[in-house]
This record gives sequence, structure tokens and C-alpha cells, in this order.
Amino acid sequence: MTQAEALKEYLLRLADSDMILGQRLCELCGKAPALEEEMALMNVALDLVGQARNWYEYAAELIDDGRDADKLAFRRDAHDYRNLLLTEQPNEDYAVTMGRQFFFDVWHYFTLKSLTESSDERVAGIAAKALKEATYHLRRSSEWVKRLGDGTEESHRRMQEAVDILWRFTGELITPDDTDRVMAEAGVGPDPDQLAKDWRGMVNEVLTQATLTPGAEDAWMYMGGKHGEHTEHLGFILAEMQFLQRAYPDATTW
Amino acid sequence: MYAQLVETGAKRLKTKEEMSPEEREFQEKVDAETKIEPKNWMPEGYRKTLVRQISQHAHSEVVGMLPEGNWVTRAPTLKRKLQLMAKIQDEAGHGLYLYSAMETLGADRDEEIEKLHQGKAKYSSIFNYPTLNWADMGAVGWLVDGAAIVNQVVLQRTSYGPYSRAMIRICKEESFHQRQGYQILLDMMREGTEEQKAMVQDAINRLWWPALMMFGPHDDESPNSQQSMAWKIKRKSNDELRQMFIDQTVPQLEFLGCTAPDPDLKYNEETGHYDFGEINWQEFYDVLKGNGPCNRERIKTRKNAIDEGAWVREAAVAYAEKQKQRAQAA
Repeated sequence: MTQAEALKEYLLRLADSDMILGQRLCELCGKAPALEEEMALMNVALDLVGQARNWYEYAAELIDDGRDADKLAFRRDAHDYRNLLLTEQPNEDYAVTMGRQFFFDVWHYFTLKSLTESSDERVAGIAAKALKEATYHLRRSSEWVKRLGDGTEESHRRMQEAVDILWRFTGELITPDDTDRVMAEAGVGPDPDQLAKDWRGMVNEVLTQATLTPGAEDAWMYMGGKHGEHTEHLGFILAEMQFLQRAYPDATTW
Repeated sequence: MYAQLVETGAKRLKTKEEMSPEEREFQEKVDAETKIEPKNWMPEGYRKTLVRQISQHAHSEVVGMLPEGNWVTRAPTLKRKLQLMAKIQDEAGHGLYLYSAMETLGADRDEEIEKLHQGKAKYSSIFNYPTLNWADMGAVGWLVDGAAIVNQVVLQRTSYGPYSRAMIRICKEESFHQRQGYQILLDMMREGTEEQKAMVQDAINRLWWPALMMFGPHDDESPNSQQSMAWKIKRKSNDELRQMFIDQTVPQLEFLGCTAPDPDLKYNEETGHYDFGEINWQEFYDVLKGNGPCNRERIKTRKNAIDEGAWVREAAVAYAEKQKQRAQAA
């Protein structure tokens, strides 16, 4: 795999994960447990979809086949999507929503932090802006994991269940493949070992404070999102998200 | 306008002679355009009317997120998706801001929300209509936010200080939403396919009359208006506001190249205003009573969100309490 090929792939992964998690949060509109959360969820979603757009725009330039950011977001099918499986998991209850957000945010924060020093200036620029947002996201989701983990008996039970349900999707965040390695060697992407170490360190720290038990490090992990092999959820997410673009393919302006 | 038929509790206006010295002093202040602030004395009717009106307004912001939430997962482009998300976020912010203004009157947010969920409190009737195609996101911004602005621009001068200041801030954001909404429709009409143009006309056909209903009943059918006007909570009558809205909206409608579902809509050279047909008041009162297309769904969604989130809020309280105890023990 050449560096140029890897970069296109890598950008789509960043974009797709932001996009799909943003879409999941959009589903919660009007359904949050408090009005303050309503605002915060939409705020995080807005940041994520905004970041997705930035990554798509850069990816579209490099792919250079006439597709723009919108075409990449709304005209690719599930097997072409490169998002982490974690991001497509359903909202379920607020413990799952926040657990999913927390596992993602830790990965996102350390990834973006490393990308601000990327040898690719464009990547570094997008990451610098995104890092400010992701720092806030992480602070927020960590706080919620602690509140729910160390709150009431019920919230503790639900939060522990959420950790147990989601754990099998976390391996993909910190298990590098060829693309990740090519990006790291070129100084574009993060060092996979460091990323895994940082992710584990922070996740353990927050879960411990939250009186929660993390899954085993050698637990079986469900992977494949980065290569387009998804859970059954993604097809439905895209069916909804891409409805207009698919139903009205001749429409060029909206 | 996000408040309709707000009860004042007054059957008729008191004369100056009938007022107590406190009431007279209060009315003189209002008449002199001095803002009433939370710590000032105010008649109980004034306070209650404001609580009802501001809470209705806040509920409307929150319930109003639902018809948009219906399309935020299906927006056609990244740009439109981001705009809609930002609009929804603003509305949640308006809701919070208005509930805070309401709480300066000694009312409790949770109690008022509970009334909403029990069907005892109103919100704007417009949000009981479904959003059936993407152009509805444009039409809601243009017509619904447009109607709200006509009312709220006037409410910037309302007599209660915190409400007036909330209106000033909210108006700025809503003007922005209205322009964005109109732009959605304009882009579809100018550069869209025949199918897209049909969506725009369909959205206008469905939302036109409900938007006009947002201003409430005719002045002579509006028993609470007189007292609200005397207290300067309300500054213009329902019919005046509705006419202002029609006069500013029809040229925009024509510029779009669309029509209104009203054969009687016509410019009147003599009055300098647009004449328009009679609103279906039976439908208006039906919707207010809970018999609109989406009343049940809207309330159910809101009630479920708060009910199912109870354990989350309890956890947050319990955690905060534990943190406090730990800080004290340390």
C-alpha cells in the first residue's frame, strides 16, 4: 500500500466515524434526559459532523474522481464506509450512549492530539481545530461515566452493563492494520503502540474512578469497520441518512 | 408567536379608582414604559399571566425541536444538516433561557414541564402538524420562525424586564433561522427538479394556514388580550400581528414563485394591506384541545424523554452529593 492510498483510506475512516456517531446523536433529538443534555448532545453532534465535512473535503480532493464531500457522505454504501463499529452501535439507554461516547472520545482525543503534529500540514490543521472540540467532548463524557458509575445503584448497574456491551467494539480502536502502520511510518498518523497505551491508561483511570470494571485486555474483539465489514446496524443508518440523495438522484441543489 | 390564548384571570380591566395604591403605582410604571424587574411588586394576575406566557413559549421551543428532529437524520447535504443541527441547538438554548426568565417569577421549571406532560399547559399549535417532506424544514424556518419573529420583535418591548431581554437575544437567532429557511426554499425553486419544486409548494400548502393560526383567535374572540395589553405584556393585538405577517410574507411568497392555498388572498389598494380568507377556527380550537395530527406523539415523546431519563438525573444528584461529602471529609 502506498502512502497516498493509505492517506485516502485513513481520511475516510476519520470522516466516517465522525459522521456516523454524529448521526446516532441526531437520532436523540428531543429525547435527552434533560434540556441541558439536549443542547449538549446536539452540540457534540454538530462538532462531529462539522469535522466529518472537513475530512471529507480533503479526502475528496485526494480521491479526485469528481465526487465532493456530500457524495462521499451520502452516496457510498455500507461496504464502502470505514467507520469504527463502535460508532454505529444503537443509542439504547443513556449509559450506552455515554459509554459509547466515552470510549470514542478517548480514542478521538489521543488520535487528534497526535495528528496536530502530523507531517501532512492539512491533516495537522484540521486536527488542531477538532482537538479543541474533542477535548470538551472527552471531559463531558468522562464526567457522565463517573456520575452514572458512581451515582445510584441503578445507574451503576446500567453503566457497568454498557461497558460490558460495548467492550467488544473497543479493540478496533487500538488495533492497527496496514493503513494505520503506513500512516504512522510516514509521520502522518499516530504511533499505534502509543495510542493503545494512552487509550488503555485513560479508560482504566476513568472507569476506576467511576467504580466500574473494564473488560479483559484479551477479550474477544469484534472488528471490521475499518475495512467495510460492519454490524447490521449500519445499513439502516445509511438507509435513513441517505434517503433523499437516493430517492432523488437527479437533484443537484438542496 | 409561541403563546396563544394566555389566561390573565381578569374579566375586565380595573379602573384607576378601583386599584389599590400598589396596583396604581405598578400601572403607572408600566404606562411610563419602565421595565418591571423580578424584585418589584406586581399584581398576582400579572405574575401568573407571565408565567403562563413564558412557559408556553419555552415549551414551544422544546416541542418545536421534534418536527425538526424528524428530518435532521435525513438532511440532504452536509451544509443543510449542520444548519439544522445548529438551529435545533439554538432552540434548546432558547428553551433554557426562557425557563430561567420564568423562574425569576417564582415558578418552577419541573412543575411547569409536568403540567405540559399532563396536557394542562399549552404550546404553539403549529408544532402539532407533521413535517412530511424536506421542504418543510425550509417552510418551518420561513413561516413558523417568521410568524414567531413578528410577535417577538414586538415583545422586545414587553413590560417584564427578563422576558424583554430574552426576546432581544432570541430574535437575533430566529431572524437568522428564518433567512436560512427561506434560502432552502429559494434554492429548491430556482435550481431544483420538478419534484423538488413540488415539495416546496406542498410544504407551503400544508403549513400556510397553521402559520396564520399561530397569532391566535380574532381580537373580539380573545378575552385575555385587553388585560395583557394594559399590562403591556402584549403590545399588539392578534389581528394586527397577523396582518403584519401576511403583508411581509406575501411578497416573499411571490418571489419564490409559489402560491398560498387561499383564493381570497389579494392586495387591497385602498387599505394598502393584503386581504385574506377566513381561518378554519374549528381546526384551530380542535388542535388546541389536543386533536391535532401530532399532539399525542409530541407529548408522548417529551414525556418519555423526561420519564425515562429520571434515573440519569437521580444519578447526577447522587454523585454530586457524594462528591460534596468527599470534599467535606478531606
